[in-house]
Amino acid sequence: MKKSGAEILMESLKAQGVDTIFGYPGGAALPIYDALYDTDINHYLTRHEQGAAHAADGYARASGKPGVCLATSGPGATNLVTGIANAYMDSIPMVAFTGQVATSLLGKDSFQEADITGITLPVTKHNYMVKDVNDLSKIVKEAFHIATTGRPGPVLVDIPKDVSSTVAAYEDPGPVLLPGYSPAFKPDPKQVSRAARAIVEAERPVIYAGGGVVSSGAHEELKELAETLLMPVATTLMGLGGFPGDHPLSVGMLGMHGSKYANYAISDCDLLVAVGVRFDDRVTGKLESFAPNAQVIHIDIDQAEIGKNVRVDFPVAGDVRLCLREIMKQLEPKVESAWNGTINKWKKEYPLGYVDNGRIKPQQVIQEICTATKGQARIATEVGQHQMWAAQYYTFNRPRSFISSGGLGTMGFGFPAAIGVQVACPEETVFDIAGDGSFQMNIQELATVVNYKLPVKVAILNNGYLGMVRQWQELFYNRRYSYTEMSNPEFSKVAEAYGAVGIKITTPSEVRPAIEHALSVDEPVVMDFITDPEENVLPMVPPGEAINKMLG
Amino acid sequence: MRHTLAVLVENNPGVLARVAGLFSRRGFNIDSLAVGRTDNPTVSRMTIVVEGDARVLEQVNKQLHKLVDVIKISDITADEFVDRELVLIKVSVDPSLRGEVMQIADVFRARIVDLGKKTLTLECTGNNGKVDAFEESLQPYGIKELVRTGKIAMQRGSRYTGFTERSQKMNGNQED
Ligand SMILES: Cc1ncc(C[n+]2csc(CCOP(=O)(O)OP(=O)(O)O)c2C)c(N)n1
Ligand SMILES: [Mg+2]
Repeated sequence: MKKSGAEILMESLKAQGVDTIFGYPGGAALPIYDALYDTDINHYLTRHEQGAAHAADGYARASGKPGVCLATSGPGATNLVTGIANAYMDSIPMVAFTGQVATSLLGKDSFQEADITGITLPVTKHNYMVKDVNDLSKIVKEAFHIATTGRPGPVLVDIPKDVSSTVAAYEDPGPVLLPGYSPAFKPDPKQVSRAARAIVEAERPVIYAGGGVVSSGAHEELKELAETLLMPVATTLMGLGGFPGDHPLSVGMLGMHGSKYANYAISDCDLLVAVGVRFDDRVTGKLESFAPNAQVIHIDIDQAEIGKNVRVDFPVAGDVRLCLREIMKQLEPKVESAWNGTINKWKKEYPLGYVDNGRIKPQQVIQEICTATKGQARIATEVGQHQMWAAQYYTFNRPRSFISSGGLGTMGFGFPAAIGVQVACPEETVFDIAGDGSFQMNIQELATVVNYKLPVKVAILNNGYLGMVRQWQELFYNRRYSYTEMSNPEFSKVAEAYGAVGIKITTPSEVRPAIEHALSVDEPVVMDFITDPEENVLPMVPPGEAINKMLG
Repeated sequence: MRHTLAVLVENNPGVLARVAGLFSRRGFNIDSLAVGRTDNPTVSRMTIVVEGDARVLEQVNKQLHKLVDVIKISDITADEFVDRELVLIKVSVDPSLRGEVMQIADVFRARIVDLGKKTLTLECTGNNGKVDAFEESLQPYGIKELVRTGKIAMQRGSRYTGFTERSQKMNGNQED
């Protein structure tokens, strides 16, 4: 049967099981939106294309399914770019569709023309411009295949207006044939045996677990490995929830704002078992002093990560889940480990903490949210101090419950991401832990949550500062607060103006009741917590220092 | 150390930008890059000369592999290989000196491809060293214009970087 390119796109999306799209229309996307009108795909109109990209990203992080966003050409497409880059840095499966000017107008600086495949080349796993409607169904299939397999990532498909309008026959594209793309899944048995032997022989092993554990669904395998060998587990920001935060073997987060005991464990271990991680500088600090006495096992699906930043003694390339299963087969349970005694001693000696002073402490707000939600909420965050406090003080016990911009560190990510999370998990409680600065970067999405009755709870830790930057200025720039102080709007009134519930909280005793109230209403709520303005995130590894040299 | 890579890529629009972008983004040093079609019109072959130690080369290799359009990479540096470069050089020569220049051309087995009133254009092929030497010996006469293709290379003997293996891989895909 003959269909327009746009209709073929809809068929192709349905064939991929897509039922949700976040997007924003415009001229070059008109044919696509016209075809969308007749489908039962749920389209969420965000109020900015950046919001659509982050919502698709949040949807993917929470559900494990690819997120889909759609925008028009030119400014619509360029507005997606931050969201695409964000998904790229955190390896999130996403497919972004953009309208484009007609092929006859390409390269002529036509109205709303932007070279979006050129612009997104370094921030996509792959991208396409569809020049012939007969290639469309094949390209869409490839795009989803590439986005979701191997190390996941965003793929962009740019569709000129004449391609989406031209009529052609829709055919099933058949199996994907990409000679240059063959993600490795099964690990090499020799690599597995060597890694297993190293684990058996280690006296002071530590697992360093990251986002790869979450994206490959290896949390059960990781737990089994840790419990069998009594190995302590430190997670990265992206790995939070990949191992239960309340597990006796958990040492929490490592790195710049990690716990002291996690960083001590890494600094003292004789074997580092790195699982689904990439040795980011925010984790390792001074590279030469990172796990200086350890041999390193690195398990990752992306060969290129192995050996990129550190020397690896035992590489294991493959899907993290399959690798862990294979390694487990060669291990015998351990019954006791003196090493754990040392770690438990550090845990007692150097707990996370803060000093009460009668003001609302941001850490307290996070703890109260954790108690009130029994640690069962999905927590999205923006970027800054509040993000680190959320990571430190909320206990994440299940994967895909912490939704945060790790690699790119994108202020404005959390709120639209929370929209995607709420759409993916309609029955669950979804929070955005926000800063007063970050929230204003995508505050317009209040209209979206009200429009679609998405009961996202926004908790602003309002310190009147671009707090994380202010903290660096305080510590490393002589307290010269250059353009980090802000006068803010009344967020509760802004929320009300949009049709959401707004609450302003100024004293510690109001914190818990406000959270309870927010949880009791089935509506979007903005809680504006006026917090101690110059509270710092501690502990902290000063930039360029070894991770066991922490302040605080 | 300098490495010579033979890279087979899908002949898709933008593939050169993807490869070049990767090198600049990650700070890999390209000495030269030559690209052209192979006997299979859907496949192009790039000869990339890249400078770096073993760790850099490992990264170059692995990062290139991640590009969906890259089918196969061979580092042929350690193999016996034939490498060639073509250069065209236009020199301004007074007719009285033409003989001298022609003698130099003879030594390098270069050819004269154009003869103007005041200029002489020469063509020479050879490995980098020979082309460098040729260029140098013409320098005193005043080089007006020079263009080099960059190096292309191929393993000697029965080893090859071909797409027969690619078709096998594709068949393999089709089977599963
Ligand atoms: C889009 C973007 N711009 C700038 C930054 C740099 N930056 C990192 S944290 C931060 C301050 C965030 O302030 P706020 O949202 O109020 O959070 P706080 O640190 O006060 O909790 C800034 C400006 C960034 N990460 N993202
Ligand atoms: Mg702030």
